[in-house]
Amino acid sequence: AEGLQTRPGPFQAEEKPTPLTDVTHYNNFYEFGLGKSDPSTYASAFRPRPWTLSVEGLVAHPRVWDIDRLMAAMTLEERLYRMRCVEAWSMVFPWDGFALANLLKLAEPLGNARYVAFESVLRPEQMPGQQPGLDSLPWPYVEGLRIDEAMHPLTFLAVGLYGQTLPNQNGAPVRLVVPWKYGFKGIKSITRIRLVEKMPPTTWNRMNALEYGFFANVNPDVDHPRWSQATERVIGGGGFFGGGRKRTLMFNGYGEQVAGLYSQMDLRTYF
Amino acid sequence: MPYLSGSGRNRTVVPWRFETWALTLIGLVPAALYFWYGAHDQLGADPVNVFERWLGLWAVRFLVLTLCITPLRVMTGYNLLRYRRTFGLLTFWYACMHVAVYVGLDQRFDMPVLWRDMTRRPFLMIGFCTFCLLVPLALTSGAWAIRRLGRRWQTLHRLVYVVAVLASVHFLMAFKTYTPTSVGYAAALCGLVLWRGWHALWRVRKRGRQDGAR
Repeated sequence: AEGLQTRPGPFQAEEKPTPLTDVTHYNNFYEFGLGKSDPSTYASAFRPRPWTLSVEGLVAHPRVWDIDRLMAAMTLEERLYRMRCVEAWSMVFPWDGFALANLLKLAEPLGNARYVAFESVLRPEQMPGQQPGLDSLPWPYVEGLRIDEAMHPLTFLAVGLYGQTLPNQNGAPVRLVVPWKYGFKGIKSITRIRLVEKMPPTTWNRMNALEYGFFANVNPDVDHPRWSQATERVIGGGGFFGGGRKRTLMFNGYGEQVAGLYSQMDLRTYF
Repeated sequence: MPYLSGSGRNRTVVPWRFETWALTLIGLVPAALYFWYGAHDQLGADPVNVFERWLGLWAVRFLVLTLCITPLRVMTGYNLLRYRRTFGLLTFWYACMHVAVYVGLDQRFDMPVLWRDMTRRPFLMIGFCTFCLLVPLALTSGAWAIRRLGRRWQTLHRLVYVVAVLASVHFLMAFKTYTPTSVGYAAALCGLVLWRGWHALWRVRKRGRQDGAR
C-alpha cells in the first residue's frame, strides 16, 4: 500500500479506531473465500492495476475512468466511519476517498435515473472464491442504491484506508462505503456503476431474500432471522474480555443525517 | 495402552484401566487450548465468535465419533463400545461449553435478547433443543442408570439420533451459504442415522427369511 494525500473530511466518528491489523485481517470478501482470514491470505495474487471504472447508463456523460486518473481528479478526504456487519460485529476506522455524489455529478444523471447499480470484478483466476463450488455465490457480486441514497453526502467511494491505498483484501482499488447500512452493501473492487430506472438485483438478496433486503439499513429493532441485531461485538483485540459488546444504534448512529430518506417507509417491510 | 486380542470378527479391544479418564482429558485439550489462546488475545479479531464456533464444531466431531462405534463394529469387527460413553459425554461437555460461551461471553447474559433468541429464531431454538435433548442422555450415562432403566435405557438413548439430525440442521444454518464443512458434517451425521435405519431393517428381513426357512 502506498501513502495517500488526503485532507480531513466531515462526519468524523468519536469512537476509538480499530487497529489496522484487525481491519486488514478480519473481514468478509467472499471472492477470496468464506473465512474471515481468507481475504488477507489469498488476496496477494490479485492485481488492482491497471483498472478501469465505468460510469454508464442513464447519464449525460458516460465515461470509463482509469483509476489513477480518477484519484487525481478527485479531492481525497479521510473520514472516520463506523462499520457494522450484518453478522453483529463492528469496527471504526478511517477511509480515504471521495463522496460518490461527486463522481455521479460529473456524469450528470438523467431525470429518469432512479437507482444506481454497482458491479464488482470477475476474475476467478485471481480470486479463489469465484471458482465454482458448493459455497460459491453467483458472480460477479452486484449491489444497488436508490439514487437519493447514492447522492447522500455520507455515501463514499473509498480508495484507501488509514491513509494508504486500499489493501487488496479490503476491496482494492475502489469500493463503496455506506456507513448507515450493513457492511455487505459496501461492494468491493468495483468495475461498473450504472444508473438505471428499476431497482437492480443485489447479490445477498438474490441468495436469501428473507435474510437480506435491498435496503439493509442498520436497525436494532429489525432482527436477522438467525440472530439479534440489538447489540454488536466490538472488534479490536484484547482477547475474550477486551472488545465487549455494545448497543447497536439506529442507522448505525447516522440517523440524524439519513432518517429523512426513509420517513415514508415501513422499515420492517423494507429491511 | 489398550491392545487387540482375538482375531477376525471376534477382535476386542482389551481396555487399559484409566483409559476413559485419559480419553476425556485428551478430548478436552482443544477446549483448554482455545480458551488459553482466547484469554491471551491469540484468537484473532473476534475471539468470542471463534471460540463459540470451535466448541460447536468439536461437539459435532465427538457426536460423529460416538455414532461411528456401532457401524465400525458391525462392518469391521472392531469393538470400541467401551469408548462410546466417553465420546458421548465429550459431546455433551462441548455442547455445554458452546451454550455457556453463547450466553455468557457472547450475549453477556442479555436476557431480553436471549429470550427472543429462544422464542423466535429457529436457528437458535433448534440449537437449544439439541442441547436439551443431550441432558437426559448425559444424566443416564452411568452404569446405575443402565441397570435401573433396563430395556427403557436403550429406547431413551435412541434420542441421540434426533440429536444428530437437529445438530445437522443447526450446523447447516450457522453459515450464510452451504460450506464444505457444514455439508460434510451434516452428511456424516445423517448418514450414520440412516445407516442405523437401514441396518435395523436388514436385520428384521434376515430374521424373517430365517424363520421362513425353518
